Parts: sequence; C-alpha cells; structure tokens
Amino acid sequence: MLTPLEIEAIRLSLEISGWAVLGGLPIAILLAWILARGRFVGRNLLDGIVHLPLVLPPVVVGYLLLVLLGRNGVIGAWLHDALGITLAFTFQGAAVASAVMALPLMVRAVRLSIESVDRGLEAAAATLGASRLSVFLTVTLPLSAPGLLAGAVLGFARSLGEFGATITFVSSIPGQTRTLPIAIYGLTQVPGGEAAAARLCAISIVLALAALLASEILARRLGRRLAGPHFA
Amino acid sequence: MFGRSGAGKSSIIAAIAGLVKPDSGRVILDGHPLFDSAHGMNLPPWRRRVGVVFQDARLFPHMSVRTNLLYGLRRHRSGPGGAKTLTLDTVVEPLGIGALLERRPATLSGGEKQRVAIGRAVLANPRLLMMDEPLASLDGERKAELLPLLERLSRTFAIPIVYVSHAVDEVLRLADRLVLIDAGKTIAAGTVEEVANRPDFAQIAARDGGPETFSVISATIGGHDEAAFQTRLDFAGGSLTVPRIAGGPGERVRLRIAASEVMLALAPPTGLSVRNAIAARVVALDDVRGLIDVTLDAGVPLRARITRAARAELQLAPGMSIYALIKSAALTAH
Repeated sequence: MLTPLEIEAIRLSLEISGWAVLGGLPIAILLAWILARGRFVGRNLLDGIVHLPLVLPPVVVGYLLLVLLGRNGVIGAWLHDALGITLAFTFQGAAVASAVMALPLMVRAVRLSIESVDRGLEAAAATLGASRLSVFLTVTLPLSAPGLLAGAVLGFARSLGEFGATITFVSSIPGQTRTLPIAIYGLTQVPGGEAAAARLCAISIVLALAALLASEILARRLGRRLAGPHFA
Repeated sequence: MFGRSGAGKSSIIAAIAGLVKPDSGRVILDGHPLFDSAHGMNLPPWRRRVGVVFQDARLFPHMSVRTNLLYGLRRHRSGPGGAKTLTLDTVVEPLGIGALLERRPATLSGGEKQRVAIGRAVLANPRLLMMDEPLASLDGERKAELLPLLERLSRTFAIPIVYVSHAVDEVLRLADRLVLIDAGKTIAAGTVEEVANRPDFAQIAARDGGPETFSVISATIGGHDEAAFQTRLDFAGGSLTVPRIAGGPGERVRLRIAASEVMLALAPPTGLSVRNAIAARVVALDDVRGLIDVTLDAGVPLRARITRAARAELQLAPGMSIYALIKSAALTAH
C-alpha cells in the first residue's frame, strides 16, 4: 500500500518533529518564563531574537545554522571536535532546524499560558516556603499545562511542514533528512513524479488532521483534570 | 489592624511577607530583621517564615486539599530547636477539615476554603501568621461559623497573628491589640480599649458602613441569673446587666455600647424598663452634625449621643454628675 520511500519519509518526518518538540519545548518553557516573569534590561531584545525565525525567510535561518553549526562553523567545529557531533546534513541537524523554526510558536503559546496564571497563587506558594524555581515547577508550570500542550502541538505541526531551513542546512539525504515536504519537492522536480508527490501530499493532510485530533482529545482530558469536580 | 478598604492594610501585609519591596524602612520579626533598606537587606518571602491567609484563600486549584495542606509542610524548616513536630493531624481536627482531604478546592465552600488555607499556612510552621480579611468574602452564617475558630486559633497553634479587618465587631471579638490605619499611615496603636475608644476610630469605622459612634468597655462575667436569663458584667465603673451570654464567671468579655443607646438622666430613674444606670461625670460635649456626642467618665470612657434640645433641658456641662442609662438588650458582648 505504502511504498518504502513513503514509509521512510513519514518515519523521518514524525521522528524529526518529535525530537524537535522534545528538545525545543524545555528551551521554549525556559524562555517563556523569563519573558513572562523576568524584569531585566534586554528583555525586548531577547523577545526579538526568539521571534526572528518567525519573520526571517526560512532559507536565511538555514544559512545561519550552516554558518554557526556547520563543520567549520563557530559552534559546529567545537561540537565536532569536542563531542563528535555533526549537525550539518544529518538527521540531528534536521531536528535542530525544525526546533529553531518552531521555537517562536512554542514560546508564544507557553508564555501566554504562564501569563494567565494567577500571580496571587505564586505569591501564596512563596509565603509557604517555595523558592522561585519551586514555585515555577509546582504551581506555574502545572497550571500552564494547556499552553504547554498547545505549544507542543503547534511546534510539532510547524516541524512537520518545515522545508526552507531544513533543505538549506541539511539538504535532502535519503534516510537522514528527506522528510515529507522535502520528498514532495524532490518528486516535483523529476519528470513523472507528480503522482507520487500527490500521494505524499494526501499523507501529509492525513497526518496533520490526526495530530489536530489527538491534541483536541488531550486538551479535553487536561481541562477535565485541571477543573475536575472531584478527587485528585 | 483596622482601617477602611484602601487604607494600606494589605500593602503592610505584603511588605511583612516580602511580596512587595518597600522603598525604605525596616521589617523586624521577633528581633530578626526581614527587611532593612538602610543595610540593603531583603529576605525573600520563602525564607521569612511568615504565613499569610489571603481573603480569597488562594488554594492551588490543581491539587487536592491534602496536597495543598502538605505544600508548606514539605518545605518548612522547623524552628530553633526543631521541637515543633507538625503533621497533617495538627490542623485536621482543630479546623474540622478531615472530610475534605481528597476534595479539589473548586468543590469547597468559601468557609471550607478559608479553613484549608489556615491549615496550609499553619503547617508551613510560620513565626507569624497574617490574615487578610479572611471573613470578608463570606456570608453571615459562614462568618459566625468561622469566628469561634479564629478566636481559638492563636492559642491552638501558639502563633502570633496579625489580623486585618475593617469590621468593628470582628476586631473587638478577636483582637488583643489594635493598630488603626488610615490613608497609609498608622493613626494609633495600643490595646483594643485604648484605640477603639478614640473618636477617630468610630469615625473611620462609620465611613465604611460600620456602626455609629460607640464606646468599648472590657468587663468580666460576674454571674448568671438563669431565671431572669441575664448575665451580670463587672467593669471598672460598676456593673451592667445584659441578656444571658455564654462563658463562665471571671471570663473576660468586651462590650460595644452604641452612643445612641445611652440615655442620660439627672437622677437615678424609677419606673423605667432600663436595667442599667451608671453614675458618671460629663467630660466633654461635641456637636456632630446637629447631634451632641457626650463623652462621659464612668470609671471607663463612655459615649452618649443626644439632641441639642436634650442638652439644653438637662443643662449639661463638663464636670456635671449624671446617670447613664443603658438598655440591656442594646448591648453587644463579645
């Protein structure tokens, strides 16, 4: 039913998006907390930098990643020499590119949620002996759960569709970085590839709908748990 | 701590708890500085061990009552000597919240929420407990339910309490010492009787819908007359009879006597239903919007409110001896 190429593309897309969210969300949470509750000089600058991937052409982000994280890049060279990690043109690099592109969306969703948490509850926790970090972990974060879920879903969806930064930074390598969008693009560039491309497009639509549905169900469960009428 | 809404009571609470940073000044608790602007010292709230019961309870909505109660307990560092061993049982029975432990805060009534909030604060082993109008959002019945509990609270848990209120009767019933706050400033501080008998206390109370001019007298229960269903109260200037109240002989109570319920007579009356006639001396007469507030010395300060016509007829003047008549049924004993 599905060709090996299709299965590979689906698997890569899901895995890369999954890793992008898994790795990106904690960073997004930290940034969202700093932006929502922090009072420091340069907050607006940080806010701007976080949002850059949203407004820059994705190719530019991909190029910047290549410059910074490529084998000869400032950080990339160190990663390779010290830790033996290569990001450019690898699966891991694709996840990093997706995470960077999804970061602004995740930060926005989480930040909105954190800002909506009653600061009175945080104050109450502090008077009960909870340090700032403890308040965040036990009160702010659990009460922001809907935003975390929204951020994860948005980030995952954004990663599924990620193309520009990915193709620039990690190119199209079968079994490594050839995700659905990149496979579709590749097929449209060869004669007679339209039918296969159309099949991948249909798969993309199904995947996106499934992700939306799953998040809907999760959100409902979460809502019930947070406002639950009885029992822990 | 008594004052009108917006007088600055909650700001003081927040400053003591470390939730806001004052521009200048010091906060010292039991000899330990918590905040001192001159020395740039400011302990964060989680290291002050100052418990707060907020007006809106502020229970954590995502935790059960039990988890809420344990929140502070898990974090508390026991006091010097560490003699205090707190467990859930310390608060569950005295506060009557055993049946609520597995419930979610959203399912609790206002009174239940406050009791849980008190328990949660106590279990954090605070050196000082502050309560910011804990009864303000409750209806009359819930208030009546919670008041006796609050009365016992300080003794039950051996913690000094700063209680914020703008309700006169709450203050008279619960407080030992009173701080009067208005427009962000301390107007007076002292025993309840000292502060509550100041004219500005009644004025501030009246502005916020409190009772009109009154005097506050502390007395001890002299004895009960069960047949007549009344209680004799002894105070510095004599004794008063009030409708039967709870409490054994020797127990201290506070009386609030509304100035409009005090009548004046030149001689002890006969043939009147009034039960209390107290010999007193006129100290001062003040014209307040057409009515006369008479300040009396009856061993304790006492206030009466009469009309201009009555003053003229009795020819009242400072220094005069007079009898203050107080209807028993009009007395509020706490």
